[in-house]
Amino acid sequence: MRSETGTRVLGTLAVAALAVLAVMALVVTPPDVNQQDAVRLFYIHVPLATVMYVAFGITALASVLYLLPRTRARKWDLLAGASAEIGVVFTGLTLLTGSIWGRTTWGVWWTWDARLTTTALLFVLFLGYLALRRTTGDTDARAKRNAIAALAVSIDLPIVHKSVEWWRTLHQKSSLLDEETFLHPHIHGSMYWTAMLGIGAFVLLFAWLLIHRYRLALLADRVEDQGLERAIAERRAEVLTGAR
Amino acid sequence: MWHDAAVMAGKDLRIELRSRVATNQVAPFALLVLVLFAFALDPDRGVLARAAAGLFWVAVLFCALLAIQRAFAVEATDGARDNLRLSGLDPAAIFLGKAGAIAAELGVLEVLLGAGVVVLYNRALHGPALLVVTCVLATIGLAAAGTLYGALAAGLRVRETLLPLLLLPVVAPVLLAATRASEAALGGSPGDGWPWVRLLGVFAVIYVAFGVVAFGPLLEESS
Repeated sequence: MRSETGTRVLGTLAVAALAVLAVMALVVTPPDVNQQDAVRLFYIHVPLATVMYVAFGITALASVLYLLPRTRARKWDLLAGASAEIGVVFTGLTLLTGSIWGRTTWGVWWTWDARLTTTALLFVLFLGYLALRRTTGDTDARAKRNAIAALAVSIDLPIVHKSVEWWRTLHQKSSLLDEETFLHPHIHGSMYWTAMLGIGAFVLLFAWLLIHRYRLALLADRVEDQGLERAIAERRAEVLTGAR
Repeated sequence: MWHDAAVMAGKDLRIELRSRVATNQVAPFALLVLVLFAFALDPDRGVLARAAAGLFWVAVLFCALLAIQRAFAVEATDGARDNLRLSGLDPAAIFLGKAGAIAAELGVLEVLLGAGVVVLYNRALHGPALLVVTCVLATIGLAAAGTLYGALAAGLRVRETLLPLLLLPVVAPVLLAATRASEAALGGSPGDGWPWVRLLGVFAVIYVAFGVVAFGPLLEESS
C-alpha cells in the first residue's frame, strides 16, 4: 500500500514537472538567435534522448544480473523487458522530435548524420529484442535468451556508433550540420535551466512508467504461473460436484 | 575443443555437400541477386560498377541469412538438438564448429559472387591483399554473429521472420566496414581501407568471444 502511495507521489511530481516544463519551454524562454522557435523542441528532444540511454542501460544491467548465477531471478528479466519497452517508445519519440526539428532547421526530415543513423539502428535493434521477448516457450529458457540477446545488442552499440561516425566523417568532410554549433549550442540563463528541468521531468516520468510497467509484468508473470494450476483445480472441482 | 569444433564443422559441411542445398539453391540465389541489382540499377550508366562493392556485400548478407537458417534447420528435426547436447561436445566447440562451417560456405559464395561482380558488373579487381583480409574478417564476424542469433531464434515458431530482424541491424557495421574497405581496394587507395579492416577485426573478435561464452547457456535451455 505504501509503495502505491509512493508511486502516486512520483506520478504527480512527474506531471507537475512536465506542466512547469511546458510553460518554461513555450512561454518563459526566449527564442534562439539562430534557430528561433525551433529551439523549443530541444527541451523535450534532449531529455527524451537522455532517458533513452538510461532505459537501455537498465536493460543491459538487468540482463547481466539475470545471467550471473548468483543474482539470477525472474525479476531481472521482467525489469529488462519493461525498461526496453519504454526505451523503444522514447527512441521513437527522439527520432520523431529530431526529425521535426531537422525539417524546420535544415529543411530535411532526415539526414545521414552519425548520431541520427546510430539512433535509428538502436531503434531497430531493440525492436528486434522486443520481438524476441514476445515469443513463447519455457519461461526460464526465454529469460536466458532475452538476456543474451540484450547483451549481444549492447556490445554491438559502440561498434555501430564508431562505424557510422567514421562513415560520415570520411565521406562528408564539410557538412551543413556542424555539430558543435547546432547540437551543443552555448546556452545560458532560463534556457539552461529549462533544459535541466526537462531532463529531470522526463527522468521522473520514466521512473513512474517503469514502475508501472514492471508491476504489470510481475502480475502477468504470476498469472501465467498460477493460471493453469487454478484452471485445473477449478475444472476438477466442477467435475467432482457434477458427479455427485 | 578445437578437435570438437572440427568434427562439428565437418559434419555440417558434409551435410551441405550431400544435400546439395548450398550448391543447388543458395549459390543460384546469390547470382540471382546480382542479376536483380542490375535490373534495379542501370548497368549502362556505370551506377552498377560504382556500387559494386556495396551490392556484393548486400548479396553476401542475404546469402548469410539463408546459410544460417539452413545451419539450424538441420538441427531442428529428429531430436538432433538433444543428441547434440548428449554428444558431450563442448558448447563452445559446437559454436566454433557451426560458425566455421557457415564461414566456409560464405567463403565459397564470396568467391562466386566476386566472379559474378567481375563478369556481370564489369569491375576489375585491385588491391588483392586488402580484399582478401576484408573478406576473411567480415566472414568470420558474420558467421559468429549469425551463429549466435541463429541459435537464439532456432526452435521458435517465428524464426524465419525474426532472424533477419535480429541479425541485420547487428551486422550493419560489418556491411558498412566491408563495403568501405572493398571500395578502397577497388578504387586503388588501400590506405583508406585498413581502418575499416581493424573495425571488422574488432567485430569478429567480440562476437566470436561472446558466442563462445554464451553458447553453453543458450544450447542447454532453449530447447
